[in-house]
Parts: sequence; C-alpha cells; structure tokens
Amino acid sequence: MSSNTASSSAGAAGSGDSSAARKNSKRPKYSKFTQQELPACKPILTPGWVISTFLIVSVIFIPLGVISLFASQDVVEIVDRYDNDCIPTPARTNKVAYIQGDGDKACIRVLNVTKRMKQPVYVYYQLENFYQNHRRYVKSRSDSQLRSPKYENQISACKPEDDVGGQPIVPCGLIAWSLFNDTYTLSRNNVSLAVNKKGIAWKSDKEHKFGNKVFPKNFQKGNLTGGAILDPTIPLSEQEDLIVWMRTAALPTFRKLYGKIESDLEIGDTIHVALKNNYNTYSFNGKKKLVLSTTSWLGGKNDFLGIAYLTVGGICFFLALAFTIMYLVKPRRLGDPSYLSWNRNPGGR
Amino acid sequence: MAGERRKGMKLSKLYSFKCFKPFSKEDHSQIGSKGYSRVVFCNDPDNPEAIQLNYSGNYVSTTKYTATNFIPKSLFEQFRRVANIYFLVVAFVSFSPLAPYTAPSVLAPLLIVIGATMVKEGVEDWRRRKQDIEANNRKVEVYSKNRTFGETKWKNLRVGDLVKVHKDEYFPADLLLLSSSYEDGICYVETMNLDGETNLKLKHALEITSDEESIKNFRAVVKCEDPNEHLYSFVGTLHFEGKQYALSPQQLLLRDSKLKNTDYVHGVVVFTGHDTKVMQNATDPPSKRSKIEKKMDKIIYILFSILIVIAFTGSVFFGITTRRDMSDNGKLRRWYLRPDQSTVFFDPGRAVLAALFHFLTALMLYGYLIPISLYVSIEVVKVLQSIFINQDQEMYHEETDRPAHARTSNLNEELGQVDTILSDKTGTLTCNSMEFVKCSISGTAYGRGMTEVEMALRKQRGMIIPQEEVDDHDSKKANAKKSVKGFNFWDERIVDGQWINQPNAELIQKFFRVLAICHTAIPDVNGDTGEITYEAESPDEAAFVIAARELGFEFFARSQTNISLHEIDHMTGEKVDRVYELLHFLEFSSSRKRMSVIVRNPENRLLLLSKGADSVMFERLAKHGRQNEKETKEHIKKYAEAGLRTLVITYRELDEDEYRIWEEEFLKAKTLVSEDRDALIDAAANKIEKDLILLGSTAVEDKLQKGVSDCIEKLSQAGVKIWVLTGDKTETAINIGYACSLLREGMKMILITLDSSDIEALEKQGDKEAIAKACFQSIKKQIREGMSQTDAATDNSEKDNLEIFGLVIDGKSLTFVLDTKLDKKFLELAIRCNSVICCRSSPKQKALVTRLVKNGTGRTTLAVGDGANDVGMLQEADIGVGISGAEGMQAVMASDFAIAQFRFLERLLLVHGHWCYRRIAIMICYFFYKNLAFGFTLFWYEAYASFSGKPAYNDWYMSCYNVFFTSLPVIALGVFDQDVSARLCLKYPLLYQEGVQNILFSWERILGWMFNGIISSMIIFFLTINTMAAQAFRIDGKVADYSVLGVTMYSSVVWTVNIQMAISINYFTWIQHCFIWGSIGVWYLFLVIYGSLPPTFSTTAFQVFVETSAPSPICWLTLVLVVFSALLPYFSYRAFQIKFRPMYHDIIVEQRRTERPETGTSDVAGDLPVQVEFTLNHLRANLSRRDSWN
Repeated sequence: MSSNTASSSAGAAGSGDSSAARKNSKRPKYSKFTQQELPACKPILTPGWVISTFLIVSVIFIPLGVISLFASQDVVEIVDRYDNDCIPTPARTNKVAYIQGDGDKACIRVLNVTKRMKQPVYVYYQLENFYQNHRRYVKSRSDSQLRSPKYENQISACKPEDDVGGQPIVPCGLIAWSLFNDTYTLSRNNVSLAVNKKGIAWKSDKEHKFGNKVFPKNFQKGNLTGGAILDPTIPLSEQEDLIVWMRTAALPTFRKLYGKIESDLEIGDTIHVALKNNYNTYSFNGKKKLVLSTTSWLGGKNDFLGIAYLTVGGICFFLALAFTIMYLVKPRRLGDPSYLSWNRNPGGR
Repeated sequence: MAGERRKGMKLSKLYSFKCFKPFSKEDHSQIGSKGYSRVVFCNDPDNPEAIQLNYSGNYVSTTKYTATNFIPKSLFEQFRRVANIYFLVVAFVSFSPLAPYTAPSVLAPLLIVIGATMVKEGVEDWRRRKQDIEANNRKVEVYSKNRTFGETKWKNLRVGDLVKVHKDEYFPADLLLLSSSYEDGICYVETMNLDGETNLKLKHALEITSDEESIKNFRAVVKCEDPNEHLYSFVGTLHFEGKQYALSPQQLLLRDSKLKNTDYVHGVVVFTGHDTKVMQNATDPPSKRSKIEKKMDKIIYILFSILIVIAFTGSVFFGITTRRDMSDNGKLRRWYLRPDQSTVFFDPGRAVLAALFHFLTALMLYGYLIPISLYVSIEVVKVLQSIFINQDQEMYHEETDRPAHARTSNLNEELGQVDTILSDKTGTLTCNSMEFVKCSISGTAYGRGMTEVEMALRKQRGMIIPQEEVDDHDSKKANAKKSVKGFNFWDERIVDGQWINQPNAELIQKFFRVLAICHTAIPDVNGDTGEITYEAESPDEAAFVIAARELGFEFFARSQTNISLHEIDHMTGEKVDRVYELLHFLEFSSSRKRMSVIVRNPENRLLLLSKGADSVMFERLAKHGRQNEKETKEHIKKYAEAGLRTLVITYRELDEDEYRIWEEEFLKAKTLVSEDRDALIDAAANKIEKDLILLGSTAVEDKLQKGVSDCIEKLSQAGVKIWVLTGDKTETAINIGYACSLLREGMKMILITLDSSDIEALEKQGDKEAIAKACFQSIKKQIREGMSQTDAATDNSEKDNLEIFGLVIDGKSLTFVLDTKLDKKFLELAIRCNSVICCRSSPKQKALVTRLVKNGTGRTTLAVGDGANDVGMLQEADIGVGISGAEGMQAVMASDFAIAQFRFLERLLLVHGHWCYRRIAIMICYFFYKNLAFGFTLFWYEAYASFSGKPAYNDWYMSCYNVFFTSLPVIALGVFDQDVSARLCLKYPLLYQEGVQNILFSWERILGWMFNGIISSMIIFFLTINTMAAQAFRIDGKVADYSVLGVTMYSSVVWTVNIQMAISINYFTWIQHCFIWGSIGVWYLFLVIYGSLPPTFSTTAFQVFVETSAPSPICWLTLVLVVFSALLPYFSYRAFQIKFRPMYHDIIVEQRRTERPETGTSDVAGDLPVQVEFTLNHLRANLSRRDSWN
C-alpha cells in the first residue's frame, strides 16, 4: 500500500507541470531524521551478552578488589582512643565539669609500633559523634571575611559568634570558634619526635580562601570560650590547623590531619604522646582518638573498598554461572513467540 | 451576468416546501419579553434609542490573554498545577533562613521551567491574535448617510448598519437578508465554516424588502431574540411601514458563512461580534488529557506523600536531637552549635517549633523527589513527537496534498492505547464522491465495471479475479478521453451515443431524461471554456446529472420555469436543444423517499418524472408499468450486494384534466397556513405520484478509500475493536462491512433488528406503548441470544480457534437501546464482538454510542470521521481523528489529529501511537527513577547529619541536576526511542497490545522503577560513605571532607542515571550517544568551570575536582564500584526477565536479530503469524474473561 503511494508520487513528479506544483506541495521533506530512520545500534540482551557482561565485570572487579585489599593491608595504622583514659579517675563521674574546669589537663599516652611505619607518618585526630555537617554549624562562617580584610564586617552569617561589643570577630562563626585545641607532643624512646604541621592544608585553601593579610581579631573574646586560641600575629593563610578545621567533615566521624612525622617508625618503638586534653567532647559523648598512619597509593587503611569489589565481582561471577546453567538447562529459542508475556499474565491495568 | 440582476427566476417556486414553512405563532408571541428583547433600528444606527441600547461592536477577540493580563493570567494558569505551586512556595521560602539552599539556586530552574511554558503560551496566543486582526480588518461595504456604499472595516460595523456583501465574500456579522441580485430576494450561502456542509443553502428575503429600490430609504425596526448559540433557529419580527412581518432563520445570514452564486446581497446587521451565532457557538473544545498523564498526576501525589513522610520522619528526629542539645538545667550538649544562643530554627527550648520549621526545610530539601522539569520535558517531547507525526511521508496524501497533522500534542501517547475505534462511514471509509457506475434500463443491466466491494467479496470468498477482466476494466478506463469526476460508467452499448442503436433506445432516452430533469441542481457554465459544472445538494444528485450529461443529455440552463437540455435525438442522432417547462416540483424528504417533477415537454405533453427508493417506488407502479419489474428488482438486489446505492427511475404521462384538478388541490394545500399543511401537501403529492411506469434503476457507488480493508485487517489483528457508525441502510452497511474486511467470511454475525413482522403489525395499529414494549422485549431477547452464542464460543475457545463475532444493529434498535436500560447489556454483547456496525445512526447517536463505549469500558476510544455530523463523536471520544476530505474542515477543526485518508490510521496508531506511548511511558518511569535515586541520597545523608537539613551536595550541583545533567538524554528517549522499527510495528500488529493493556505503564512497572531508584540511592550512598570514610583518601594523607564526598557521590549519581538510561533504551543513534555521554561530560565541565570561580561564589566546589578528587585513585575506584553496583539489580532483573518472561517487543527484537544471519528466514518469520493468531485469540479470551463491565 505504501509502495503504491510512493510510485504514484514518483510518476506524478515526472511531468513538468506537477513538478512546479510540487514546489508548493506540503509533502514532508525526506530525511532519515524526520522519518525516524537514523542508523542506530539496537543492543539486545542475548544470553551471550548477559553472560559475557557478568563475566567481564567479575574479571575486572575481582583483581581490583585484591589490589585494593593489598593496598589497604600495606597501610600501618595506630589508633588510640584517649578521651576516657585522659580523665583522672576521680573526675570521671562528671567529665564535663572536669573538661570545663581550669587546671592542667595533661595526659601521657604510650603507643607501641608493631609494624614498621615508613615516613611520612601522618598524625590525625579523630572525633566521633561530632556534627561538623550540621546546617547551623556549616553556615556559620564568612568566606569573604576570611579572604580579605576589606570584608571584615561581613559577619551576618556568623551569629552568634559574629562580634564582640560591636567589633567583628575574625575569623567569625561557630566553625572557627569551636576549633579543636587538643595538642600532642610526641617522643620516641624519650627522644622528641618532630611533628611537621606545615603542608597539612589544601593548597587552594591557603592561597585563595584564607587571606595572607587577614589576622585574627577579637577571637575567643566573647563571653564563652570555644576551642583553640589563634595567634593574632600570624595571618590566617598560615594557620593551617584552622584551615584544616574549617574544611568541614562530611560525616559525624571524621579525622583531621594534625601533622606529619617525617621519619620512619621501627617495630618495637614506643611512642610517648604528651597530650593536652582540652577539647570538650564529653558533653555530647564524642570520642577522641589519636591516629598515626602511613598511606598507600589508595590512601589510608580501609578494607571496605577491596571487600566491596570482591563481593560485587563474586556476585557477577555467580550470576554469569547461573545464567550459563539456566541457558544450558532450559534454553529458550530466540524470538520464540510462545513466551509472550500476556500469555500467562494478561497485563495490568 | 455579473452585476446585472437576474430577471425572471423565481427559484422560490422550486423550493416550495422549505421556504414557506409556517412558523409557529408561539415563538413570535414572546418577542419583547425576556430572552427576546433585542431591538434593531435598521439603517439607522445613530438613532438615539439605538445608541442607548449600546450593543457591542463587531470587534472579535479569540485570544486567551491580552497584553495587560498576560503575565498574571498565564502565571495563574501555570500555578494551577500542583507541582508548580509547590515549587512556588519553595521559591518564596528559599528567601528565608529556612532554606537549605541559596535562593538563586532554587529560583533558577523554576524560572526556566515557568518561562519556557509561558513563552509557548505567548506564541500560541499571538497566532490567534494575528487571525483576529486579520478578521477584524476585512473590508465590507456599508450604506452611509450620503446614500452610497462605502468601505469600512469589519470591526467598525454596528448593529443596524446596512451592508452589501458580494459574491464569494464572507458575511461580517449576522445579517438580516433584505434583497439580493435575484429579483425574488433569494441567495445561496455556503456554511462550511459553521457545519462543514459543502452544499449550498438557500436563503430568502421577505417579499416586502426584496425590491432593490426599497433599501434606498429603508427604515424599519427589527425586534428579535437575544444572542444565542442555536444556528438553526431565529425568531424575530420586522416592523415596517406600520406592519409586522415575522422573521425566520430563512432571512438570517450567519457570520463566517459565504455568499455563493449570487452577485450581491443587502442586509441589516442584527448581531455583531461576540453576539453572533458562530461566536456564541465557539465554546472551547473539551480539553483532553491522556490516561498516562492522569496517572502521572497520581504518581506525583504518591511522590508528595513520600516527600511528606520522609520530611516528617526527619523533623521528628531533628526535634528530638535539638531538644537534647540543652538540658533543663542549661547544660549544653553540642556546645559547638551554641544552642543557648540559637535562632528559633534550632532552639532546643522550642524544639517543637524548630521541628515544625524544619519540616518546611525538609520539604524543600527533598523537593528533588518531585521532578520539576517533568512537565516541561513532556511538553517538549510531545511537541517534537507531533512534528515527527506531521513529517511522516507515509502519511502524506499526494492527491489532496495533505500531510498528517497533529492538532494537539497532548494525546500522542494515547494513540498507542486505543482499544476501540468508532468510525464514520461516508467520507471516512469511503471517498464520499459518488460515481455513477451501473444502471438497469428496462430489464437490461448496463455498466461493465466491477465495484471494489465486488472485488473484495470475491477475494474473500477465495475466488480469483480473472486477470483479463481486471486488465480489461483498467484499460477501458484508460481509453476514456478523460476521467470525469462522478462518472465511472462504461458500456460500449450506451456511451458515445451508441444507445440509439439499442432496441430499447426510446426507454433509454426517457431514462436519462429523467436523470437530467428530475433534480434540484443548478448549472454553472464556465464562460471561457463552456464547461458546465453543477451545484447540487448531494453528491448523488450531481452524479446523476453528470451521467446524463456524459451520455448526451446535457442540462445547461435552469430558469424559473424552464429546464433546458442539449439532447441527442435518437431518431436523427443530432444534437438538439430542448426546453422543458417546469410546472411543479415535489421535493425529496426522508419520509417520502422520492422526488418528482411535473414538466411540459416541447411536444406539449405533461410528464411526471420521478425517482425514489425501491421500497416506495414499486408499490406506485401502474399495472402496465410493471414490465421488467422482476429483472429490475433482481438487478437492484445485485447492486445493493455490490455496495451500491440504488434509485428507481419512473415516469408517467399526465392528462391535462387530471393535472388541472390535482394542481388546484396542491396549490390550495401549499397556500394553506395551518399546522397540518405539510401533511396535506404530502397527501396531494401522493395523489399524483401513482400509476408510474418503471424505466429502470441507477446504481451509484460510494467508492471505498484506498487501503481501507488492509488497514482494518491490520487494526483488528492488533486487537483493536472497530465500530462503524453509519447512516446507511442495514444491507448497504453489511456489504460495506464485508468490503472493508470489517466482517469476514467465517465470522458469525449477530443481527439486532426491529424489522420483524409482528412489530410492523403493531406499528400499523399505532399503539405506541405496545410497540415500545414489544421492541424492548424483542431487543432484549436478541441480545440474550447473542450473549449465549458468544458464551458458547468462549467455552470452546480452549479447543480450537475462537469464533469471531460481528454485531450489526439497525437504527431503530439503536435508538431504542440508547434510550432504555438496555445499553449496558448491549455494550456487554458488543465488546465481545470484534466488529460492530450501527446503521442509520444520527450524529447525536454517534456521540451517545461513543460515550457509552468510553464510559462503559473505561478504555481508550478513538473516533474517526470527516463531516460535521461527526463532530460530537470526535469531541466525545478520547481521541478524535478528523479525515480532511471533501466535506469541509468542520471535523478537522474539532479533531485532535487530522489525516487525509483512513488508511493512515494504521500507521498513526501502530507506529506513531505505539512509539509515543512507549516513549512517554518509559520516559516518565525513568524520570521518577532518576529523581528518586538522587533525592533519596539526600535523605540518607540527613541521617548522618542529625537531620539538620544540610544537603550532601553543593547547591548548584543540585539545581543543575534536572536541567543540565540528566534532561537531554530523557528528552532524546522521549523523542527518538523505538523498540522496533516502523516496518516491524506494522508486521506484528499485536505489539500494539502493549499499549492497550498498558503494560509499560502498569503500577507494577512504575513502582518497580521507583524501587529501583531507591535501591540505587542506597547503593550509591552507603558504598560511597564507607569507602570514603574517615581514612586518608590520597597518598598525601589528606582526608575526604564534605566537598569531596559530595563530588564523588554526585558523580556516581550522574553516571548511574545516565548509564541506566543507556542500558534501558533500545535505540542508539548518534543523538543518544551525544546526549548521554555529553551529559556526563557536561557535569565534569561544569565542575571544572564552577570550581575555578572565586571561592565566595563556588564555596565548597572551589577547585574540588582539579585539586582534590581527580588526582585521587580512590575517588575513581569508588565511582566504578558504585556505578556498576547500582546498575547490577536492574541489569540482572532485565536479564532474568528476558530469559523467563520476555515482553512482546523483546521477542520481536530478537527475531530481527535471528532473521538476519539465517538464510532460511522464512521458517522463523513464517510460523509467527500462526502463533500470533493463537496468542491473539488467547488474549481476547483473557480480556473478555477478566473484564467485568458492570
């Protein structure tokens, strides 16, 4: 039927008369696009495709999992939770009162190196149950103020840590105000161990977010002292602890870089950490941990990635196997119409 | 003759019945009272009283908006959609501290979406406005004070103006006809724009005004009804020179109709502008929405509920944690949040209030569950789909130069779900061009051609049409000098003047004389070529006059009293002009079923020439006029079987005396003004139409359109039920039914009819109640019998092929069924049948039947028709398809889709409908998937952010999600995706059932996709946070912070949803590749560009990709892991599904694959139809078993 139309139209085009008429004709122009006949690849899930897809995924994923696991295993990590132990036994009934009270909160922790740790060894503090991602907390900062002294007065987002007696606080806001202030002093076998606190912040933060002409002002001068106190003579761009802290964590359990030890730690080394337990995590039952860790090309120690890869790869392998068996046991001829779905299921309304 | 007044033509005589219908006194007595209060001062619009009345001007505006109200009104229209209101509220709230995002990132997408829709509205309205301007500025001649006609614009016309309208011009307003170029004040109008009828209608001025001189100083007052929408009624009186004259619709010329065959008319403006009948009629066509869209609204409500539930959950947790932040004795828990100095939103002291506010925040935060761009995307997609429909070459009709036209884009996908097609017959299945093909004269059948019906019947009965016969047929046609429209007759015994050599030449001559004289056509001689065309009331009549002309009886002039023919004298064979004096004209009516003229021939003999339906004519034959009766009857039967329309041709010679006596009586009846005037005229006419002498019968073919039968066969293979609603007789309808494959050999036919003897007997007694009761019982019985037949067949269907039924119901029964409580029962029976034919149905019945099917079955109905009488049906059905054929544009204007030929319906439904349905269904499912997959990651993250309302991602990532990173692939899917090619769609029509049974948009599927979205979000979120946990994520010991986690997770989402798209579509062209991979590319591009903006603007995205995550292998490894894992459930499901429960299109796609490499393709392709037939039967059995329609 359609071919009839086509041929008759072709015939009509022959005479000169009708070709003139054709110019004004409303006949749709032919193109593969308008006639929806573009060349196309139409993938279909044949058994071959299904099985080989599963196989390929498993073949790629299982080795990746193994590599990831190895990388994670290579990492040596020492984790020490000290929030409880660093409170003298008598004060443990009211930890919050202890941490908020005056007095020296020094505490010594001893860490044993059970595996050789190649430099650089990274020192982290890990906080748990601390919501740096709370909306009120995250918003409480002024990026423009951090960047340039010109915008010192842009503190509207920083309430309630915005000003002291009308003078703007620099850096303002809850994040800066609650800066972590435990300090660690490390020594190995009674020899002090240098912790390099330079280069722990992102370069872009130092260069573009925190101005080198911005100095702390009126910081921690409010009626309530939060965390650490900043040296007002050092520009913000050099205050790497602050920069690291200000880069808020995504999850309530997080680590932040404290510094780097730029020497290897050998097996059997004992590391004494003289720490000042200043930071209040007790009121909200937050844990504090000190972490020493090396890194691999994948970063720190986390087996999850490797295990996940192995699992997914394994599942794919299993599925490939299952499908192979199914196709062997119960083959279905391709294009077999007796499998029409509404043969058995009349379809739903 | 132009300009000169035609003298001496009192055509009013011709239309003796119509023109002088007595108007009922009741209506006119109401004038002046309520509803009939209009007063028009003719030719005196400046009369102070007229000014006081202050009728509106002739300016019309059909636009939806004006320049001033466009913005508020279109905004209002926009925000009638629930989703948009939500987004508006969100936009307002975004300026408050409640907002989890910055205000611009919320506003930007909303503005884009609203803006795009408003632009579309604006453009559409602008087009309407341009049409209005064009109409308002047309020129018309108005009689001015200085007593000349001067031109003015339409919009300046006032009520009471006297205007002059020329030939082929439109009337600018509703006019009261005063006089015309004809002496007796008649004129012809074409009302195609009003009712789609192309035949001319006669209008008639009052006698007292029809004198042209009178208008010079014409002053009169018209009192008439108020503006209303009734096109065929008008009540008014003319107060002229102290007398009152009643006015009827005969004197009213309606706006938008056209003056034809009349040089000019004078008229007084009665109704202007929006008061005109046509404008009063212009109600907005009912706006139709597709079933999918209605369902989509439900899904949106579901999503809203999900949104509210998760927002509420979040608020409860938030309230609890916030309260705990400060103990009663003022101790701070999470001191770093300064709960002691908090705003109300985080105040532990007012935790409930804080939770309430948080609820609003959460509603905004999880707003990504509601796809803001869905409506816009669907609209864009549908417009593009319509363009494809309009552009389809296969649906272009060469002869009429008409491509298919989707007049609304709302219903594209509905085309893929049509369950029942209700079709008009004339002009839809047939061409509506009558062709004179056969005749039987004095017992001899003439005409060699074979009709299409005959050919189709023979083909179905397995008879092979002898090739030479077909060739013969064709070659003879080709021999004819030129094909004449309306004439497809070939018989060497008659054509080219050969009839004079026939033995019965005298009868042949008489026969064609009747055809040439007994009609109401008006000849139109082309001045240059001398060719004559005819304006006839019906195409049948035109066919007769043309046939007479072609065979040598050329009717060339009509005057008041004479009809002139060029004739071939059968004695000499020469052409002579003969003039017949027209004495009386006995009009055709549906009750009389005949028409006659009484003429005096040049030999001064009185003749009554008569033609009519066989049922009324044979009983009027004279005893000596019954020669050949038997043969003629046989021929008529044969013609009817061949699907031809037949009329019996008779004549009679009258005595002068007899005539004189009769004429007196007839004229008396005619001039009588009483209620039973019509009956008296009928009775008078009846008296003279007797003792007729049979000449023969004519057979006119209403040709089937090309490809109708193939198309119907395909559609019924696709499981679509077809109902034909026709005005034809039962026999004709059945034959047409066979011809177009609607009824097939081997189909059981159930006939419901009231043509039984007992009912006829009752009718003669005239006891209405008894008739009604008997009819009711009879129909009930017939329906019950039909049901038991179908029941028996369904029971047997397990064993062998299901018997297929066809139902035919005649007009009388149909009226009865629709009026009584039998409609449900009837429907129940009808849906068990594959084809239903309703005969003798009126336009209103057509609409009623459509409503019955639509509401009774709850399934999608499609009505297809070409004429004004189909408009009700088209608007009632879920989809109206107009055939843009010969009968004007009325049906097309009321339709949703317009096609040139019925056969294009096949492609429109099976290809475009199927594709569009599939595309929209998958598109909507995918939309929900992608928004859930994204939206739920936000929710999971909240659980790790103490439900404070901090989103996991940067604001701008999120606002770009729907607009830039995921929109184009979806649109490409909606516009281009196709499961199988057009060829295969047509080859396996059963595929269409996917839409009819709504398999791709069933709740299981929708919920499945939603579930898939939620699963994906879980996989994405939990895998990401566990791999990117506290530990260092790079070799330099740095840890992943908020920004890195956000980017990684967001990348996973973008990759996942785009690849999900890639694996769920079936059709990859460069466009898909471009859009899918492009979208992912755009995301990274965006990340780089946005990240390089100053940190005050880019905030957490600053340098995040370039500096932080790109160099980290774990970010990439996580991405790969997450994306593959998130797609694994869907992929496995699909693999299992294809293995165990493949969809129909899956099988066909596989078929295509297996067909290609194999050489013995025939065996695979060959056995499918059998299987398909089997499946189809199964399917039907399922359907009828499953559905209970009550």
